[in-house]
Amino acid sequence: MTVSQFLILAAALFSIGVYGVLVRRNAVLVLLSVELMLAGVNINLVAFQRYMNDSPATGQMFALFVITVAAAEVGIGLAIVLLIFRNKASANLDELDLMRW
Amino acid sequence: MVGALLSLVAQERTAVVAGDGGALAAGAWVIVVAPLVAAFAIVWFGKRMRWGGAELAIGAIGLVLGYASLLLIRHHQDGIVSEHQVQIARVGRFDLEWGWVTDGLSIMMFFVIGLVSLACFVYAAGYLKGEARYTWFFAAFSLFAGAMLLLVSAPNLVQLLVGWELVGVASYLLIGHYWEQQENSSAGIKAFIVNRVGDVGLVIGIAVLAWTVGSFRISDILAAAVDKDPALAKVAVAAGILLFIGAMGKSAQFPLHVWLPDAMAGPTPVSALMHAATMVTAGVYLLARMFPLYRELAQDASDVVLVIGVITLLIAGLLALVQRDLKRVLAYSTVSQLGYMTAAMGAGAYTAGLFHLFTHAFFKSLLFLGAGSAIHAVHSNDLHQMGGLRKFMPTTFRTFVVGSLALSGIPVFAGFFSKDEILAAFNAEQLRVALAVGLLAAFITAFYMTRAVLLAFFGTYRSHGHPQESPRILTNPLLLLAGLATVVGFLNIPGVTSTFADWVGTRRFSPLDHHAEGFDWPVVLAGVGAGLAGIICGYWLYARDAATQADRDRFRIPLLWPLLERKYYLDDLYAAGIVNPIKGPIARGVEWVNGYVIDGVVNATGMLTQRLGDLVYRRLDQGGIDRGINGISVGTGLLGGVLRFLQGGKVQQYATGLFAGVLVLVTSVLVFR
Repeated sequence: MTVSQFLILAAALFSIGVYGVLVRRNAVLVLLSVELMLAGVNINLVAFQRYMNDSPATGQMFALFVITVAAAEVGIGLAIVLLIFRNKASANLDELDLMRW
Repeated sequence: MVGALLSLVAQERTAVVAGDGGALAAGAWVIVVAPLVAAFAIVWFGKRMRWGGAELAIGAIGLVLGYASLLLIRHHQDGIVSEHQVQIARVGRFDLEWGWVTDGLSIMMFFVIGLVSLACFVYAAGYLKGEARYTWFFAAFSLFAGAMLLLVSAPNLVQLLVGWELVGVASYLLIGHYWEQQENSSAGIKAFIVNRVGDVGLVIGIAVLAWTVGSFRISDILAAAVDKDPALAKVAVAAGILLFIGAMGKSAQFPLHVWLPDAMAGPTPVSALMHAATMVTAGVYLLARMFPLYRELAQDASDVVLVIGVITLLIAGLLALVQRDLKRVLAYSTVSQLGYMTAAMGAGAYTAGLFHLFTHAFFKSLLFLGAGSAIHAVHSNDLHQMGGLRKFMPTTFRTFVVGSLALSGIPVFAGFFSKDEILAAFNAEQLRVALAVGLLAAFITAFYMTRAVLLAFFGTYRSHGHPQESPRILTNPLLLLAGLATVVGFLNIPGVTSTFADWVGTRRFSPLDHHAEGFDWPVVLAGVGAGLAGIICGYWLYARDAATQADRDRFRIPLLWPLLERKYYLDDLYAAGIVNPIKGPIARGVEWVNGYVIDGVVNATGMLTQRLGDLVYRRLDQGGIDRGINGISVGTGLLGGVLRFLQGGKVQQYATGLFAGVLVLVTSVLVFR
């Protein structure tokens, strides 16, 4: 197993995530795509840590932090989506342009 | 309890220099904390209190004044020079600290701020009675005084900057207090933005100094300046000028003085406090605090300070001549007097500049509060609506005259001693142009104050209703300040007393200041002569004007003015001829000489001065500076109108832009590496 295999996997996951964030209309699916991007980053972190034999395992620790932050972020994100859905009966991002000039 | 903890912490980190003032100085944090705590307490509890929170503000400022008086007495006896620091955080190689300096300079400022604020607070409690947002006003007013005390007590430049900006915020809130009218809130915004322009200079100056010396502490920076540190010597002139740009904004020096006259939109007690003890004195205080830096390493920056001060003092004085609004006359007068202080700092007259700050605080707050009392009675700021108030408001009249005499530099009153000391310092330093301009401005000052007094208080009343003397809550502060404006000059009589020089000279790196051994008699005579000449000219031009009530507007049309004046003169001569027909040809001849020759000279002088003032006001101030600033605002508005279309509100558009940007950056790095 070379490190490049992991990097390709990570890049693929990240790109899928970017595609989802940009293209999906449903806010929940956009949040899911963000999770995919974060997963790609985590794979990178762990792979590089292993590749460089870094000790203490900084990369893994960072990955844990990213997971924690991602959980918090999704918690808040879903709460917002839920409230918007209750108010507007829709989670379509195209209809949500309240924060403009 | 928090305070007790803080003072414990502070005692451990005390940096004692000499005669540290013991527990009294260690507890001086009370002075800063009390008004700030009061400000927040008023916001929370003020509405539920009997006097709407005013009692909290007055109590806090009373505490400040009491503590400052104790400090001043102790300082007078033993001399207090100490610094207390509490570390808040450490950022890189810099310590962030909160602390308080107790030395001659800061104790003097505590005392002035406490005293003038107390007078203004009590006055405001009566002045704003029954108005909307009474409680909120006192919260902002307390914040204003507290912020100024925070600035003045700062032992490091970061705290100074925080106080500086808080003063700006509070002034913005207070100037725009009557925000229902568009121009009032615009005036607040203008003050804030013009100050920001100066603050850019201040921030960069602080950064340069801190970076060079490696510390934000003023004492470290001044120590480096006194040791002639080579690294600091390279940047000292630039840093000095940058700090002065900040001072120009706050202390309304040309060309950043434009905000101060508009700041009249605030309630009168705010104007009084802003023009006397807080806000505008901050710039002069900064120059005084950093004085050793200017003296030791930044002589060129000092010269810039002097030149700007002299320009300001003349230009603002001329502007005051043509104002119809009583408060605007006083506002331009403040700018002019600040020019004196700044010029004194630039000329190296540390004590003289501060002494003028000290006396000016008392008589200018007195004049503003007196003007407020008159405005309260007449319901108008316009001098043409007033007149004859002498009979209706005797206390206001008498105190206002005392303030005017002090401002005009008439002997015995406080302004005489401080202005004379500045002029004597110009003379001692061989600054002939500054001395000449200073004397000319002394003449102009006396002239416009005479005009204001005559138009407001003499002649007959020209508006509706029956003005009445203000209640005692307004007149008592006036009496207090009038007393002070009469006596504080005796603190520093050249060759007799040097109390004030000893006060402000007792500090670290005390400037080598030449306190005059005695009066510089030629300068004294010239200064008093200029003041008296101004009063006489003003009287000649406006005494009849105030009495007759006709053609109130003619002084705004300088070309028509002498013709009208001639006509008046002939009427007078005719009446005199009828009343005294037997005085004979000699008396008539003398009267003819008196009338045509002397009157002509006096009128021509007055007319020329007024035309010059009018020209400067319209062309330079309104046409040049104001238009330039408005143009920048309009340009910014137009640019904003175009750029706002970028903010479409679609999150995914933003994200696309973001990722496209990343792609472009990564690609360009890979290609052009």
